[in-house]
Amino acid sequence: MSDARLQYVLRLADTSLVLGQRLAEWVGHAPALEEDLGLANVSLDLIGQARLLLTYAGEIEGRGRTEDDLAMSRDQSDYLNLAMAEQPNGDFACTIVRQFLIDAFQLELYEALQQSKDARLAEIAAKALKETRYHVRYSASWMVRLGDGTEESHRRTQEALNNLWRYTQEFFAADAVDEEMARAGIAPVLAELAPRWSARVDEVLREATLQRPVDTPYSWHGKRGDHTEHLGYLLAEMQFLHRAYPGATW
Amino acid sequence: MTRVPESEWPLFEVFIRARSGLEHKHVGSVHAADARQAIEHARDVYTRRQEGVSIWVVRSSDITASDPSDAEALFEPAKDKVYRHPTFYAIPEEVKNL
Repeated sequence: MSDARLQYVLRLADTSLVLGQRLAEWVGHAPALEEDLGLANVSLDLIGQARLLLTYAGEIEGRGRTEDDLAMSRDQSDYLNLAMAEQPNGDFACTIVRQFLIDAFQLELYEALQQSKDARLAEIAAKALKETRYHVRYSASWMVRLGDGTEESHRRTQEALNNLWRYTQEFFAADAVDEEMARAGIAPVLAELAPRWSARVDEVLREATLQRPVDTPYSWHGKRGDHTEHLGYLLAEMQFLHRAYPGATW
Repeated sequence: MTRVPESEWPLFEVFIRARSGLEHKHVGSVHAADARQAIEHARDVYTRRQEGVSIWVVRSSDITASDPSDAEALFEPAKDKVYRHPTFYAIPEEVKNL
């Protein structure tokens, strides 16, 4: 039970941390100063969520590991984030599509987690939900601007959507950990979140004049530690300092 | 009015209300495609440290400004009329934001 709970909390934490790190890569490179700050704000929200969740995971684990230990000293296969989160930034359209698909998922997830029987998780979810409401607003409005923008922005956004869609299956593919958490009333039944996520995505895609890609049968298993080739590079950059100078502080 | 090239977002002036009951104050400007996005940009650029509870944005091109060369005619005449300042009576301590 506590092992499943640990894994579950790490999945939430790692998805936020990895996505936050990805967005941080935009800092200094975004198309406009305003977007630079916008993306950095979302990044910092996500890293903030990850900090709370990793601290909690460390407590569940009970081996005295802190948020920093868990973030900086775990290898790729110990990371349990959704594979979507680690996908490269690509162009701005690609970043926005990835963001929107995850934002819309986290919105449903955190809303449901507010009712979790795990009081700590419910508390973290309530805080994260407020942030996520803004994230969705931000990414959804960009989906519409890009999709219903110029010919080029439409083409790039549709392409990004086609490329990233395959990673959405994992959002709702429950495994033994998800099922055990759902039975214990700690986590929602993932399949029950799917229709609302789908409806929100469809609504935005319609407004953005984008085509919803067809579902592919294969699901990735980032949350079991099976990652695409991109995560290793991300972790190498994120963890370099800590590994080169263990215990370094400000 | 100068035309904004299509490739560039127009400029918006940003006004922020720090607390309920206070007035909106000009804090700076942002570029944005439209007013809705200007609100988002203003939120991201100017309220990161809890500076506000409300945002106004207005297209900079919609603002009519006084001409600096008129400054003398506009503002000098007020110079010798100190009696217009409300400094001749005591302000009660309870009045905070005057």
